[in-house]
Amino acid sequence: MENPFLEIDALTKRYPSPGADGGDLTVFENVSFDINKGEFVCIIGHSGCGKSTIMNVLAGLDTATSGAVTMDGKEVVGPSLDRGVVFQNYSLLPWRSALKNVTFGVRARHPDWSKEQVLEHSYKYLEMVGLSGGAEHRKPAQLSGGMRQRVSIARAFAIRPKLLLLDEPFGALDALTRGTIQDELIRIWSGSDQTVFMITHDVDEAILLADRILLMTNGPYARVAESVEIDIPRPRNRTEIIHDKAYYKIRNHLVEFLALRSKALAEEAAPAGGANGSGPQRPVTVRPGEAEDDDDSEPAHGVEHRNEADVITLAR
Amino acid sequence: MILSLGLRALVLSAVLLVVGLGIWELSTPAVKSAAEMTEYERLMGGADQEARVPPPSQIIARAWEELSNPFYDAGPNDKGIGIQIGYSLFRVLTGYFLAALVAIPIGFLIGMSPLMYRALDPFIQVLRPISPLAWMPLALFIIKDSQASAIFVIFICSIWPMLINTAFGVAGVRKDWVNVARTHELGALRTALTVILPAAAPTIVTGMRISIGIAWLVIVAAEMLVGGTGIGYYVWNEWNNLDLTSVIFSILMIGVVGMLLDAAFAQVQRAVRYQE
Repeated sequence: MENPFLEIDALTKRYPSPGADGGDLTVFENVSFDINKGEFVCIIGHSGCGKSTIMNVLAGLDTATSGAVTMDGKEVVGPSLDRGVVFQNYSLLPWRSALKNVTFGVRARHPDWSKEQVLEHSYKYLEMVGLSGGAEHRKPAQLSGGMRQRVSIARAFAIRPKLLLLDEPFGALDALTRGTIQDELIRIWSGSDQTVFMITHDVDEAILLADRILLMTNGPYARVAESVEIDIPRPRNRTEIIHDKAYYKIRNHLVEFLALRSKALAEEAAPAGGANGSGPQRPVTVRPGEAEDDDDSEPAHGVEHRNEADVITLAR
Repeated sequence: MILSLGLRALVLSAVLLVVGLGIWELSTPAVKSAAEMTEYERLMGGADQEARVPPPSQIIARAWEELSNPFYDAGPNDKGIGIQIGYSLFRVLTGYFLAALVAIPIGFLIGMSPLMYRALDPFIQVLRPISPLAWMPLALFIIKDSQASAIFVIFICSIWPMLINTAFGVAGVRKDWVNVARTHELGALRTALTVILPAAAPTIVTGMRISIGIAWLVIVAAEMLVGGTGIGYYVWNEWNNLDLTSVIFSILMIGVVGMLLDAAFAQVQRAVRYQE
């Protein structure tokens, strides 16, 4: 089998404890997973499990205590234009217009391009996210949250990175705006062969967007426990996807993990403090969507779990 | 009829001005014209036992006279107000821009490097509270030129607000924006110019505005010391001539020029400001 596009091997992050007792704080330990080219992978876990740290390590903005990230056969050291990042708070430069924010990225990517080329390319991506007709000349402060995140997505897509990293991109948006931008993201993504890695707190969002969902146990000593395959056929649509018979099986599985097992698994691992340190282990692959309807081994059916999930999603 | 706030403020300002000048004018009894005085009275400065502050009408007349021919030059002790202000502005701007050339790069360095911040901080803390005029004897001794010494005093007093504000602005640039530069693989120089400089510009320009204000305050005192030319020298010279009308007129001119300098920097501030 050929090497996967992105390999994360035994990634560990420890912070030295403030006291002199030598007890370090291990946020996550031995996190290992792969991402294939063109795949859309979401990662879900409770706050504090180190998702954002993993993302920052992938982006090259942070370093892990141990472990390695390999992309396209090369180890990831420091930030690079090959890995585009969309931050939760958009991170647009407020003194530049929407258009100038995009040209900022394009010019960094293609320093040899003429001014016209840069503009043309930037306009193409701004139109793709639905920003045109004058709005592109506004400063970020004059745009709504949804519009700002669109600009940020346009900037990231316009540099055509090998890997696109999205850190809870829709976390700060209202539900309606979130829905439309999710649709736009799928549309742009399906027209490209972009590999995407995304953090989210929203179970439904993850099922809608992802090919695969990675589930993290609670920190400290968090790890990626499961890799859930989403075998709902594409193109997916927010209104139709809920009628797919695999949808609720997957959803219940995820909710059950977040509500119960993420904690239970963490408690198993924590006292050992490195018991799962027996070399890089890939997470278990699960396909809840394929389970038989009357399969009793499938743990979650009830409405009560779904309610819990809503609490979890909102309570972050 | 409801006037806008701005218009009402303007009317009130005008009323206060007229009332203030009126009281001043009326409290100053008219001096007998020279023709009515005896020669002795003229020699004694108007026969009064006490000299009086001149009334505003005299000051306005003097202002009209001076401002209608601001650039005449009738020897070292008789130059137009325009020439005097020109000398002062030249010194202020020269010292000020030399200070900016030093303060902004060093401010960047201090703002970006915690090591440099800690290493240079004690020097800044000791040098900053020194009155700029205290440097004057040393400057005169070392530079041996009064003109250059005045410029040096301006340099040393404008440097601190710019230095401190630049360091503060640069250190306070949001991590997110620096991360944007990093993920776009920008080099150190391009990051400094395209991300950190515009992000810190409002704070830097605020420092520059404070500095120009201080420089204009200090130049008057410095010129009183070094003499020769400039608005500060002019004030002192008119005092020595016991020409209080000119003293008051030049005090007003100092205020007007200072206000214009400040207004210019307010414009720059508006240009670099951004909303998060």
